[in-house]
Amino acid sequence: MHNMRRQSFPRRGGVALVLAGLLVGVAACGGSDDGGGSGGEASEGGDTLVFGTSADPVSLDGAYVSDGESLRAIRQMFETLVTTEAGGTEIVPALAEEWESDEAGTAWTFSLREGVTFHDGTDFNAEAVCFNFDRWYNFTGVQQSPSVSYYYNTVFTGFAANEDPEQGESLYSSCEATDENTAVINLTSPSASFLSGLALASFSIASPQALEEFGADDVSGSGEEPSFDGEYGRTQAVGTGPYQLEAFEPNNRLVMTRYDDYWGDAAKIETVIFRPIADGPARRLALESGEIQGYDLVAPADFEALEAAGFQLLERPAFNVGYIGFNTAQPPLDNPMIRQAIAHAINREAAVSALYPEGSEVATQFMPPALFGYSEDVPTYEYDLEKAKQLIAQSGVRNPTINFFYPTNVSRPYMPNPEANFQAFQADLQAAGFTVNPTSAPWNPDYLDAVQTGGAGIYLLGWTGDFGDPDNFIGTFFRTPQEAWGPLDPAIYEDLETARAESDEDARTALYEEANNKIMEFLPGLPYVHTSPRIAFAEGISGYEPSPVSIEEFAKVSID
Amino acid sequence: MLKFVVRRVLLLVPILLGLSILVFLFVRALPGGPETALLGENATPERIAQVREAYGLDRPVQEQYFSYMERTVQLDFGTSIQTRRAVTEEIKQRFPATVELAVTAMLFAITVGIPLGFVAARRYGSWIDNLSTAGSLLGIAVPVFVLAFLLKYVFAIKLGWLPSQGREDPRVFTEHPTGFFVLDGLLTGNPSASWDALKHLILPAVALGTIPLAFLTRITRAAVLEVGNEDYVRTAEAKGMTRAVVTRRHILRNAMLPIATVIGLQTGLLLSGAVLTETVFAFGGIGSFMAQAVFTRDFPVIQGGILFLAVVFVLVNLLVDISYGVLDPRVRTR
Repeated sequence: MHNMRRQSFPRRGGVALVLAGLLVGVAACGGSDDGGGSGGEASEGGDTLVFGTSADPVSLDGAYVSDGESLRAIRQMFETLVTTEAGGTEIVPALAEEWESDEAGTAWTFSLREGVTFHDGTDFNAEAVCFNFDRWYNFTGVQQSPSVSYYYNTVFTGFAANEDPEQGESLYSSCEATDENTAVINLTSPSASFLSGLALASFSIASPQALEEFGADDVSGSGEEPSFDGEYGRTQAVGTGPYQLEAFEPNNRLVMTRYDDYWGDAAKIETVIFRPIADGPARRLALESGEIQGYDLVAPADFEALEAAGFQLLERPAFNVGYIGFNTAQPPLDNPMIRQAIAHAINREAAVSALYPEGSEVATQFMPPALFGYSEDVPTYEYDLEKAKQLIAQSGVRNPTINFFYPTNVSRPYMPNPEANFQAFQADLQAAGFTVNPTSAPWNPDYLDAVQTGGAGIYLLGWTGDFGDPDNFIGTFFRTPQEAWGPLDPAIYEDLETARAESDEDARTALYEEANNKIMEFLPGLPYVHTSPRIAFAEGISGYEPSPVSIEEFAKVSID
Repeated sequence: MLKFVVRRVLLLVPILLGLSILVFLFVRALPGGPETALLGENATPERIAQVREAYGLDRPVQEQYFSYMERTVQLDFGTSIQTRRAVTEEIKQRFPATVELAVTAMLFAITVGIPLGFVAARRYGSWIDNLSTAGSLLGIAVPVFVLAFLLKYVFAIKLGWLPSQGREDPRVFTEHPTGFFVLDGLLTGNPSASWDALKHLILPAVALGTIPLAFLTRITRAAVLEVGNEDYVRTAEAKGMTRAVVTRRHILRNAMLPIATVIGLQTGLLLSGAVLTETVFAFGGIGSFMAQAVFTRDFPVIQGGILFLAVVFVLVNLLVDISYGVLDPRVRTR
């Protein structure tokens, strides 16, 4: 026994040596083999595109997701009643060819496209539309949690039977299939902004048969932790889009292939694969090595290098705003001249060019230029120290002191480093003669609590739009009184309420332009930046059109 | 021997209990909470409060701990906030990737490190000795992500020999009955898939295996040098035994004890190294999952994942201790 064991050592040593040889051999062969899986053959044939994403989709059931990666995948396989024009926010037909509302603005009639089929072969029709809307409306238990059905909560505010007594009344009331291709959606109060909401991939129309067959409503977790138990959304996702689900292997790939019976223009590329690569630098290297042909959320530091290396960088129109909020309930901020003095004292141009990536714009109002209702005529408060000092003198406030709140432990697209913003703005304010009283707090929950309960004087905040409607920007801020802003000109509240209900598009646009003018005249805060993310593609990829609301279709993309 | 194993396994209980408390408190000391991850940046304080309530984060800490322990002993780590799936299921699905990577990295370290350390010791003071000493110092000093970047830059981008990320070419359709991709290719009669998976393993395994490689080289060299100067080696040589026999029976065998210790310790450490390596190579194992969980404050995953890795770590060490018994008869008979 002892002897045998003694002899076993050299044998193991031998095994080790053989393994060592193997490994070296593998590495060497890798060299002679032209890379196989890597770079070389990536764009071969032009019928497969691999796109690097930052994460796997959480689910392919639009109703349950609000994160960008899930919505991106769902967008390729599903369609909504209406969508936005390519690269913009104007609402255009999708599964509905036209629509109109009644006088009251509460009954919306959608005329549906004919000859559309779901990927499982079933027909798309008015009943399918109503089935989907009723499904969302009748969500129960965990399904109602804002962490599960975030966008339904945002757009329709309530359910058939609210689990939470404090939840608001549902905007949606019912859906009638008046004939095969006409669906009427009834609302409980007039709203035009809901139409923009419907363009979200969360309101994708799914095959009723598949939803039922694959347990789309099997969500458990007793309210504590939602758990998606059904096959739907994981191995099954059946819509009407130009691509259909081939395979979803978490951590590895999401494979979509062209749907041959698609009603519109067929997808140009046969197969689109989403490859999850969470690490930003790793995505960049994968693009450079040719393993992927594009990726989103390019780090600003990489812009120059990637362009220099011959990659295309597409700019997604800005859809956010960073602003300094003023709490007009706190003196001296109740004095309009003091607010104007602050606006003139802040050097927005300098801050944006020094602290933000190339392509960021100085904001003049509380919503981005890509959105309808953006006004060219808002009062602008150009950087002018003398004027700021003058305004302070005229205001009658002696030695104005400002409580300046800024957050820590947070980075947002519109505010990559809040502390740097604070320092720049503080210096500007001091130069104009303000005394600045700084307070910092962790973003969540302390900072947000302080700001939203009216505890802050002036504060750094921002917003990223959920969907392409001004009501999702200035409506969110100013349609109802909020403690963060203090009391505003009452006309602002009224105008925004009117604009939200207005169903005529041109009239709505005019109303929002006017509202923006009024807001900037009252000056409840100083918007200072819009940032625009970039998306990178390899040479030879064309047809990708970035959209401010991220409604972007791979079906139009081609490889040369 | 059996008594020894049983005692070590029982020792797991207090270790895990202490660890569970540490992990629990550590996770709660992190700034921010799952509510931000869940609700996104436009969340209102009211909604944040709702979510905190839903997750029980508003209850007293000890109460939270007991309900957490109650579920943990039933192997219920909860549901991942990120993926909305049971944490146990996620771990089950991702663990093969981590094992595959760690085993390959260790094989790399062993097959290169031990021979290199041995040769360095036997040619003490030669160029190869100096080179291996300098090299192992460098191997220990260079952080994994720097090495990963260099490897990718050279082998994936400049030379284009090897892929820079992932576990397999996403464009090739393959089946995965076991989750060990190299094995899966062989099982499904698709050797080219195994080959593809192996190529995806090389760079991450080299990056991950470099630190253990450096340690192994150094410890092998030191151990062989020490044993080589022992009286019994001199005696054996004086008896006229051939150099090969002396090396095999006397030097390597006795040098193996410290080497086995290092292998065991480093295997455990590979698990923590895997967090970085898997992240930079987008290798879908437990490590990258844990890293994402930290960023998104995915409490159930952080808690469950750390506990799971701790059990693996302790078990690996147990195996090492048992291997002492095999390697050193004195331990066995004691």
